[in-house]
Amino acid sequence: MRAVVTVTGKDKKGIIAKVSAFLSERGANIEDISQTILGEYFAMIMIVDISTINKELSLLASECKELGKQIGMSIYMQHEDVFNAMHNV
Amino acid sequence: MFSKNDVLETIAMVEKEHLDIRTITMGISLLPCIRDSAEETAQKVYDLVCKKAENIVKTAENLSGEYGIPIVNKRVSVTPVSLITANYPEKSPLVGKALDNAAKTLGIDFLGGYSALVHKSTAEYERIFIRTIPEVLATTDRLCASVNVGSTKSGINMEAVKLLGEVFKEAAKLTKDKDGIGAAKLVAFCNAVEDNPFMAGAFHGVGEADTVVNVGVSGPGVVKHALEQIPNADLTEVAEMIKRTAFKITRAGQLVAKEAAKRLNAQFGIVDLSLAPTPAMGDSVAQILEEMGIETVGGHGTTAALALLNDAVKKGGVMASSRVGGLSGAFIPVSEDIGMIKAAEKGAITLDKLEAMTCVCSVGLDMIAIPGDTPATTIAAMIADEAAIGMINNKTTAVRIIPAIGKKVGEEVSFGGLLGRAPIMPVHNCDSSRIINRGGNIPAPIHSFKN
Repeated sequence: MRAVVTVTGKDKKGIIAKVSAFLSERGANIEDISQTILGEYFAMIMIVDISTINKELSLLASECKELGKQIGMSIYMQHEDVFNAMHNV
Repeated sequence: MFSKNDVLETIAMVEKEHLDIRTITMGISLLPCIRDSAEETAQKVYDLVCKKAENIVKTAENLSGEYGIPIVNKRVSVTPVSLITANYPEKSPLVGKALDNAAKTLGIDFLGGYSALVHKSTAEYERIFIRTIPEVLATTDRLCASVNVGSTKSGINMEAVKLLGEVFKEAAKLTKDKDGIGAAKLVAFCNAVEDNPFMAGAFHGVGEADTVVNVGVSGPGVVKHALEQIPNADLTEVAEMIKRTAFKITRAGQLVAKEAAKRLNAQFGIVDLSLAPTPAMGDSVAQILEEMGIETVGGHGTTAALALLNDAVKKGGVMASSRVGGLSGAFIPVSEDIGMIKAAEKGAITLDKLEAMTCVCSVGLDMIAIPGDTPATTIAAMIADEAAIGMINNKTTAVRIIPAIGKKVGEEVSFGGLLGRAPIMPVHNCDSSRIINRGGNIPAPIHSFKN
């Protein structure tokens, strides 16, 4: 099962490091990263494989949200199906 | 595969534009619960609903967490109760109470189906049942009631229309300390649908499977935001933009509906494509119409704009979902839409304009507060007018009107939460009692004979 992690907010040091460390601690495998900076605005989208993690996605998603609060960013983890459904015919 | 912009667009829809799944509604057949006594039936009803829907709240929360899209309401609809209590109609409130208790045990916000279908004529047990509605709505918190008083196939049952006028008034009187909330939990329908997930008019039709999951999507804010990007586009482009947006919203609903049905061991019923507003700023259908170019909703051009919106939402949605049903259109409840509330406060929107708007959108006169001294026959006449629009146009229409007991035009009623607040609107003062007291039926229109 793959999930999409989206990190947005004001750019600062160490965002990728913190988010990657958080994901690897939980056993998620990062398959793809794309990141852009527009002015001061940081946006990163990761595709992660979470099929080996023995934890409900909704729990992981709320942990991501919590991490976002700690580092002052907005972090979402969502099942990839929602994007496939909404953006593909 | 999706692009980076697709991901960011979805997140913006949730964060800034109020994209949500408005409701997951489980429809449950109560037919297996009928017993010899009302007491036994009520117990069976409570047990069955609690068992079938025991995981609905947890499942909705999990899905919401996994997909990152809020699921606002979890609800249950049941077989019209008048069919379950036909042997002891005067004891129907026992079943009503059992359903309300089940809703509280489950932690769901509303349960619909304290209903009767009397579109052709009213049986004695249904007459008794309908008379219990005000008392039941006053003594329960989460139960909703509805009565189907007409259909394109059968015409309009004017005896039921008259009775409903009285029932609305009584429901408001018995709950006048809460601004007449009893009437806000009651709907009079023409052409009621059997798979509607939205309250207060949801019930589980007898033609449905034993247990189904119906989902209502929403997202007026998303549509408004999309239109803000093309302020000078012509209306053909506006319609295209609405279609594309409705497609995306509905796909999210379809995904949630199918997954919810699987996890709840129920059949996937339908996705209802309605644009349902809330009193929150930026979650308003009225503001979409204003974005299309009407200064204040209710002004000339409103009906045309709404017709375009309603049709485009359906076209986008139908393409996105394998099973579409329910009411599927734009809702225009006055108290639940900040744009409508503001227009009503200014006097820009009137009951007459709202009635005209119901000719081209789903549902009807919805969540409108009127002066408390409005005669029951005048309320019945409003129901008859709406039912006539539904009957002739082969569509669902409904009336959910709140007589504000002890209040006059210029004051308002307030329910809080999703039900919002409504300024009291003036009604025509001329007497309609003669036509209402005639009784009988308005015959089905000629175009209903299609066989």
